[in-house]
Amino acid sequence: MKANLIKGSCQVIAVFMLLFSLAIHGDQDVSAQSSLQTAITNLKQGSMAEREQAINQLAENGSASLAILQALLDGQLFTLKTDMTLVIGVDNNQGYDVRDALTGTALGAMDRGAVNKINLTNKLRVSLRRTIGQLQLTVEDPAIRLAAVKAMGNEDDESVLALLKARLDLEKDATVKQAIQVVFLLKDMNSSDKSLRVNAIEALKNQNSLDVVNRLNAMVEKDEAGNFIETDADIRNAAKAALININTRLQLYSSAETVFFGLSLGAVLVLAAIGLAITFGVMGVINMAHGELMMLGAYTTYVMQQLLPNHLGVSVLLSIPVAFVISALVGIAIERGIIRFLYGRPLETLLATFGVSLILQQSVRSIFSPLNRSVATPEWMSGSWQVNDFLSLTWNRFYILVFCLMVFLLLLQILKRTRLGLEVRAVAQNRNMAKAMGIPTSWVDAMTFGLGSGIAGVAGVALSQITNVGPNLGQAYIVDSFMVVVFGGVGNLWGTLVAGFILGIANKFLEPFAGAVLAKILVLIFIILFIQKRPRGLFPQKGRAADS
Amino acid sequence: MKLIALGSDKIASSVLLVLGLVSFVIPLSNLVLPADSGLHFSAYTVSLIGKYLTFALLGLSLDLVWGYCGILALGQGAFFALGGYAMGMYLMRQIGTRGVYGDPLLPDFMVFLNWKELPWYWLGFDQFWFALLMVVLVPGILAFVFGWLAFRSRVTGVYLSIITQALTYALLLAFFRNEMGFGGNNGLTDFKELLGFNIQSEDLRAVLLGVTGMTLMATFILSRWVVNTKLGRVVTAIRDQESRVRFLGYRVEMYKLWIFVFSAMIAGLAGALYVPQVGIINPSEFSPLNSLEIVIWVAMGGRGTLYGAIIGAVLVNFTKTILTGLLPEIWLFSLGAIFVFVTVFLPDGIVGLMRRKLQERAA
Repeated sequence: MKANLIKGSCQVIAVFMLLFSLAIHGDQDVSAQSSLQTAITNLKQGSMAEREQAINQLAENGSASLAILQALLDGQLFTLKTDMTLVIGVDNNQGYDVRDALTGTALGAMDRGAVNKINLTNKLRVSLRRTIGQLQLTVEDPAIRLAAVKAMGNEDDESVLALLKARLDLEKDATVKQAIQVVFLLKDMNSSDKSLRVNAIEALKNQNSLDVVNRLNAMVEKDEAGNFIETDADIRNAAKAALININTRLQLYSSAETVFFGLSLGAVLVLAAIGLAITFGVMGVINMAHGELMMLGAYTTYVMQQLLPNHLGVSVLLSIPVAFVISALVGIAIERGIIRFLYGRPLETLLATFGVSLILQQSVRSIFSPLNRSVATPEWMSGSWQVNDFLSLTWNRFYILVFCLMVFLLLLQILKRTRLGLEVRAVAQNRNMAKAMGIPTSWVDAMTFGLGSGIAGVAGVALSQITNVGPNLGQAYIVDSFMVVVFGGVGNLWGTLVAGFILGIANKFLEPFAGAVLAKILVLIFIILFIQKRPRGLFPQKGRAADS
Repeated sequence: MKLIALGSDKIASSVLLVLGLVSFVIPLSNLVLPADSGLHFSAYTVSLIGKYLTFALLGLSLDLVWGYCGILALGQGAFFALGGYAMGMYLMRQIGTRGVYGDPLLPDFMVFLNWKELPWYWLGFDQFWFALLMVVLVPGILAFVFGWLAFRSRVTGVYLSIITQALTYALLLAFFRNEMGFGGNNGLTDFKELLGFNIQSEDLRAVLLGVTGMTLMATFILSRWVVNTKLGRVVTAIRDQESRVRFLGYRVEMYKLWIFVFSAMIAGLAGALYVPQVGIINPSEFSPLNSLEIVIWVAMGGRGTLYGAIIGAVLVNFTKTILTGLLPEIWLFSLGAIFVFVTVFLPDGIVGLMRRKLQERAA
């Protein structure tokens, strides 16, 4: 009872406090609002001096006015001639795409004559740039802070340095903090105190920054007369040592990047080949229309985006099951309609499915036009992950790598744990015996083919995110994916995975020396030679299944 | 059995007869008769028929490996294109100072790429006999090396098909490169003369048609003789029961290699006859689709008969000309449909159908 009473009174107090704080905040809001209003009026109509004051007032308002200030600096801030509304206009060649500067609501396209630009003097521009930098340092997003630090590091001004120094103590993010430190160390290198410079070089040699590399490179170079720009030999040697240190890391990072690119290319190859590995490996059926089933998946993504234009991410995710179903159905139709009559005649199957691939290609060409269609990438998949100055990994390739592994593991589980998987393996091992045990082999054939085709459709969704979606999309991958399956060993999913990654990485490592096309040719020649040595691939089937 | 042989001979002789008529009468009528005579064929028709005949030769070469040895080579177009490039190189060297840049030695595209001297592999191509030798030697050597590697390690069936496709795909990519010195994307074109005759002239076109027809007839007779020799019989046996032939003590890979190289040389010859008639050779001839089209000519005509390949090549290409002229969109649909239809319903091709009809009539 007593406890309840205390709890109740506490609640009452809490409510009062909340109301009180709201009132105070409200007051603050009102005063901030009015000062903002005067600032904006000054910005629109005032003299240059008033304009400068307005900029400072806006700056005090915090990062909320960053967009307005940035637009002002870029010459994109205007007032409407009609009612003097402050707007941001982006040039679209004919006029401006205009939006309200304060609320952000789009106002549509306008003529150049409908707006007045807010002009700046050079002096104002310099101070504005600094103000923006200062504001950016307080923005929530560390990436913007980092960019601001880098931009400010190039300026030679005591006040800027003071700003950075102040930020150094407040900064919580390790990368940004490090970037600020690098700025100061670079400044130290210009000082006249030799020990300070040597220490700075010593500290910088562990930094992964292109600014540092450029600065150090400048220190060890000679001028036109053949004299070293840096006269002090000790400093030069320290710089050289630091450069060697940095370059080793640079090479390491660039190899890491190549491996990543190779893995992502490998992931694409594995995605393209894994459906083939099922139809070719498990059923012994050559499906030349496999590439076109991928193309169908890619076009499914395109259509889904047309249906849901405002939900990019959702449409891409939804495309995965839809593409699976569509490609699987087409695959089953091909199996029931054609391949079923050609079992035991692999060469004929190859030709017939090639015919199907031509028909599918031409259908797409007739329906969607022969031109490439662009499929948009959702925001969370675009851009890249900047590890440091030397290494950045693009998100879409990263996601495809992850997606590929997920599809692979899922497929592995299906084959290992489900009834269908069991039946598929049984039919692959001994068709007649499986039949004798009561497994409906022709149903299993259709389902296996559907599964392989569906995976092709899913691969098409992934491909739509990294290449052009066009009628020739499938053709471009069919030879490669056959190579992966043959290289890995037919009838072995793990072989396909390993082969895809090996070929991807090999391709990317060859590219810098040989160029993209020659690298591809070399890989093809390598596989042709490899098949001579090991005709059954990296992981050949053993035992009875190998004879057939 | 006897009846089938008789029937097939009937078809063979009528094919030969038609070929003879085409390759003698059309050029003769074009050379002798005035242009307004009713028997005078237009330049377009002449070059079209000439093109069909080179395709027939190409189909014949594939039938030798596929129909008689069971090797579904998906890279036959590569040998064709290599022969074509060898001929194209000769024709390029004949241009001399008449090129856009007027360089007496270097072809236009090399001047354009700022090359200072002729690459070594272009030497000798100013001589016709040398070019002609290369037309058969280059495809032959490639087929020898490739086949030696492949057959020795017993790559068979669909694996072989796929790596032959990879071969032509690799060559396609390679020939697209400007650094290769074969004109890159544009290939070799703008030819002026062949053996001193203007390559644009109608008379030369008529003569080329005649030469192609006679080459086709000669190759047909030669190939027919080859497949009926003991060597040819062994090759056919390999197609039907490879391991049994091996157990009997034959070196299977050598027989396969022999027929593969022979066929590649014929394909090269076909390419060399094709290039002066169409006036261009470019990397697209290496595309895997081209090689697959050859396969469908043979499948459509009926493989393992030689004349089936000739009938199929002419028929499919005639359809292609008509359909692409009428409605370009329809061609790929029909080509796809032909692939499916022939493999599912017509495994022995048109010739098989004709034979059955002849048999029924005889019975």
